[in-house]
Amino acid sequence: MNPPALEERLIAALAALILDPAQPPVHHVAVGAASPLPAAACWLVKLAGHDMRLSLLHRPRANPFTEGTRELFDLAGQGRIDVFFLGGGQIDGQANLNLIGIGEWPGTTRRFPGTFGAAFMYFAVPRTILFRLEHSRRVLVPRVDIVSAPGLSPPGVWRRGTATALLTGRCVFRFDAPRGRFVLASLHPGETLQSVRMATGFDFDGGADVPTTSAPDAATVALLRGAVCDEMLGTYPEFCRRVWGRGVGRERAGGE
Amino acid sequence: MAPIGLDGLAALVPDGAHLALPPDNSAPPSALARALVRRAARGLRLLGVPVSGYAADLLIGAGCVASVQTSAAMVGEAGLAPRFSAAVAAGSISVIDATCPAIHTALQAAEKGVPFMPLRGVLGSDIVAHRPDWTVIDNPFANGPDPILLVAAVAPDIAAFHAACADAHGNVYVGRRRELATMAHAARRALVTVERMVEGDLLEDERLAPGVISGVYIEAVAIVGRGAWPAGLLDEYSLDGAHLAEYGALAATGAGFRTYLERYVLKGEAR
Repeated sequence: MNPPALEERLIAALAALILDPAQPPVHHVAVGAASPLPAAACWLVKLAGHDMRLSLLHRPRANPFTEGTRELFDLAGQGRIDVFFLGGGQIDGQANLNLIGIGEWPGTTRRFPGTFGAAFMYFAVPRTILFRLEHSRRVLVPRVDIVSAPGLSPPGVWRRGTATALLTGRCVFRFDAPRGRFVLASLHPGETLQSVRMATGFDFDGGADVPTTSAPDAATVALLRGAVCDEMLGTYPEFCRRVWGRGVGRERAGGE
Repeated sequence: MAPIGLDGLAALVPDGAHLALPPDNSAPPSALARALVRRAARGLRLLGVPVSGYAADLLIGAGCVASVQTSAAMVGEAGLAPRFSAAVAAGSISVIDATCPAIHTALQAAEKGVPFMPLRGVLGSDIVAHRPDWTVIDNPFANGPDPILLVAAVAPDIAAFHAACADAHGNVYVGRRRELATMAHAARRALVTVERMVEGDLLEDERLAPGVISGVYIEAVAIVGRGAWPAGLLDEYSLDGAHLAEYGALAATGAGFRTYLERYVLKGEAR
């Protein structure tokens, strides 16, 4: 068996964050648009035998929502979703997210897709796991140009939670919300505290003894390449083709 | 209600209309968007419910659009919406940024006939400052300060979408895509393309009725086979990822987009 690909390491790291023993147990996790890594991590957790409800907004078959896409937000508004995932074109050291763009409003220098549901989900879901593969000073900035969704809110503003972690292509950060600071939690192979500092536009905490991000074991890798990929093919054929070399036949010929 | 032709349906969308469209995962009226390009519609004010996809990007690229309110623009699995991005950079459309549940909430207010509805979260997002139709009040039912967002109702002139089938009463079947029902309820008129007409009354079938939008909301229906293509439709056909990738590659430049129009849009729907 080939050694784990970077994406497989990241999926396993996300799965470990979902199951973080320091956090309340997860009963219901939801995944929004354009999120193949989180979707794969959730399938990994579920197919490894954890009793967890998984709601994938963009699943074309057996979609869990029967009231349209607004049901995801209604569920979250009621507190029925424990964990959600968000990314950002820019993420800053206070966990503010910018999905709108760079430069003047509304992103005239470089436009990103838009905020999606982030401005709501970040408040309504107790625990948000941030993910962004590109770990550079372009993405991880001292201060976002535009705030799509704030990482912290003043006292008295209704909010169930915020970011608890940020996974990148180089490392895992935890987010210390009371202090409004990211803390380096683990380094992916080949990275050092110095290399991460060089690539990060915001200041963060982190000591000398930062562990290496755990690699998925052989059973986990087999599960990813088998059953997890099977579940992902319908929604993310391009991702499956790129990472696992599957989904090139029927799915490409007939569309997704 | 007898079905009309696709061009007749496109003729019911006047220039300048406020037009609500679903994105690629929710039965967009892609063929109708192409017909609007062919009839050279102008000044459309699009509403993405709650985000925008291929149909909106196509209309923007073809110069049919003055403004778009949306929570995001994305074509296919994870692709950027190239003509949307280019239009924002050029300043040729005005963008009204939103967040998904705010658009659902605005439409739900309109379908109830109330002027606004509250929505949790969002406070501290820069979006709020750019929305004169949103305001923040203190929750009047709380004991202490509790700021909460109010979102004004949005009643689009037209909701347009694709559906599996229609009957002679104008009832249309959309299955689980109930955001289309909210759209249709909120809009003044709904224009629908369908795969086929069916005999009888869809509302008489207890198993189908929960996935039906009543003809009371529907102004006109046109039969267009694979009318959502290159997006998918329920369990009938899947999103055509290869075609959307081709669209994304061509539409990355203005010249490429013209090639796309000539190849797939301007000659009509015959495929």
